[in-house]
Amino acid sequence: MDDKKRNEAYNKYVKAKLPKTRPWPSLFNSFLVGGIICCLGQGINDLILLWFPNMAEQTAWAYTLIVLIFIASFLTGIGVYDKIGKFAGGGSIVPITGFSNSITSPAIEFKHEGIIYGICVKMFTIAGPVIVVGIVSSILVGIVYLFI
Amino acid sequence: MGKSQTIVFKNKPVIIGSYSIVGPKEGKGNFGPYFDYVMKDDCFGEKSYEKAEKKMLESAIVGAIENAKIKPKDVQLILAGDLLNQIISSSYAARNFDVSFLGLFGACSTMAESLAVGSSFIDSKHFQKVVCATGSHFSSAERQFRFPLELGNQRPPTSQWTVTGAGATVLSSTGKGPKISMATIGKVVDYGISDVNDMGAAMAPSAMDTMLAHFRDTGTVPDDYDLIVTGDLGKLGSEILIDLMEHNGIKLGLNYNDCGQMYFTRNQNTLSGGSGCGCSATVLNSFIIEKLRRGELKKVLFMPTGALMSTTAAQQGETIPGVCHAIVIESDVGKENKKYFKSTGINGEKLNFENESKDKENIENDILNIDKNNNSENNKNDKKGQTKIKSQENKSILKNKNINKNKSVKNGLDQDSDEDIEKENKYKKSKLSSKKEG
Repeated sequence: MDDKKRNEAYNKYVKAKLPKTRPWPSLFNSFLVGGIICCLGQGINDLILLWFPNMAEQTAWAYTLIVLIFIASFLTGIGVYDKIGKFAGGGSIVPITGFSNSITSPAIEFKHEGIIYGICVKMFTIAGPVIVVGIVSSILVGIVYLFI
Repeated sequence: MGKSQTIVFKNKPVIIGSYSIVGPKEGKGNFGPYFDYVMKDDCFGEKSYEKAEKKMLESAIVGAIENAKIKPKDVQLILAGDLLNQIISSSYAARNFDVSFLGLFGACSTMAESLAVGSSFIDSKHFQKVVCATGSHFSSAERQFRFPLELGNQRPPTSQWTVTGAGATVLSSTGKGPKISMATIGKVVDYGISDVNDMGAAMAPSAMDTMLAHFRDTGTVPDDYDLIVTGDLGKLGSEILIDLMEHNGIKLGLNYNDCGQMYFTRNQNTLSGGSGCGCSATVLNSFIIEKLRRGELKKVLFMPTGALMSTTAAQQGETIPGVCHAIVIESDVGKENKKYFKSTGINGEKLNFENESKDKENIENDILNIDKNNNSENNKNDKKGQTKIKSQENKSILKNKNINKNKSVKNGLDQDSDEDIEKENKYKKSKLSSKKEG
């Protein structure tokens, strides 16, 4: 087909024309911010263990996650997290704070559509796939574990 | 030869009123001083962004009717469209007017679509006063087409910033003002681009198609226009269009530019530029129409482009079709000075000094007239206040200089902005003619 050829040629041309993103600066930013978030998490964990010496380490991890999720949700609510995200890219998406942000942001966005159809339904539009993949893969790992 | 896509209007519709309203970010952009109203916050006192968009469109329509100095009951038809599903902003805004309404959807090209349809109605004498309006809102478009605002993601460099703004134009069969002389209705063109973050590349072929059809149908060349302006191709898209046109043997010169590309300043972080219905609509209803009224632009080819995509279709793997309609708007001021600003004509003729000297004479006469009429003019202080407009004018000249420095406006006309005095005179002249109108 003539059209097909034309479209292929045009796509090729556009691809060559696309502005290139420089990978090194953005990688540096994401590792910097990601590292800071990890350090923050470790710091919170250490503090919890310092204040509650009798707590089991695994329980402290859970509390650390809760604190991190709260901080990220709070920052999303006051409109700071998206600015961090713009600077850091993957650095602020990969840690659990990014997950928190992806649930809080649609909840804020769709609050005008009501609590059920707005917040409850739309809350998982972005995080939903992550949850599904997480559950499915844990089932698969569980089955594998059963036979080992 | 294909069939003609161009309508040449016999009874040329006159643009008698225009109004533009934008969000705060847009107000800080390059066209800031030209807009009629800059909102203080994005929500416009409403609870949701959709409601704000509706209110924006409503006030643009009311503003344009006021600007045209007619009464709302004189308007016979409202033509409007927007980006939201089921064009709710337009139809909900039209709910508050006791006027016939036609909803249009041409994505970001809606302004040209509404002008073309409205002009045809007036040309055929079915209606005498038609309002054409369109608008878009960054936040409502973002949540419909992309991600929630607060999501911490990065935007790719080709992505564009949907303009928060609405513009309305009042077309009339009689009156004074810029006239719409031609309209070229574009075809839907799809070159197989599927990246929803690269609208410019998806729409550029449709702009090329319409532009070629327009030049073929009318026998004109790019140099016949003082300004050829596309809607929201953005930086990448307009570069692609220039390449595509060159590939077809037509060279777009300094008189070509793109509204989206010009819209924001460099440090506003909008990546590839502005987009959305509001982008071309607000530029047309502020900057372009004002320049046409003053006679600084004589003939403008206004051709907003639209990407006719939906999220559903994109998710199902469809490519993005584009459409583009072209409108030719001609100034009614100083027709004899047609080639005043041009350094070279179509065939590279030299500057027409005779016209220039005539021009100066005219301007001198005007100054004399202004001196005579000065007193009466001062008494007749309009709502807007002359001083305000004058200060705006000064600002705009400053702005022009800045724009020239940034090289974001490639328009050859603005290079003449050094001659501030002459410009001021021209403005006074247009002021006079508008006074006669009133």
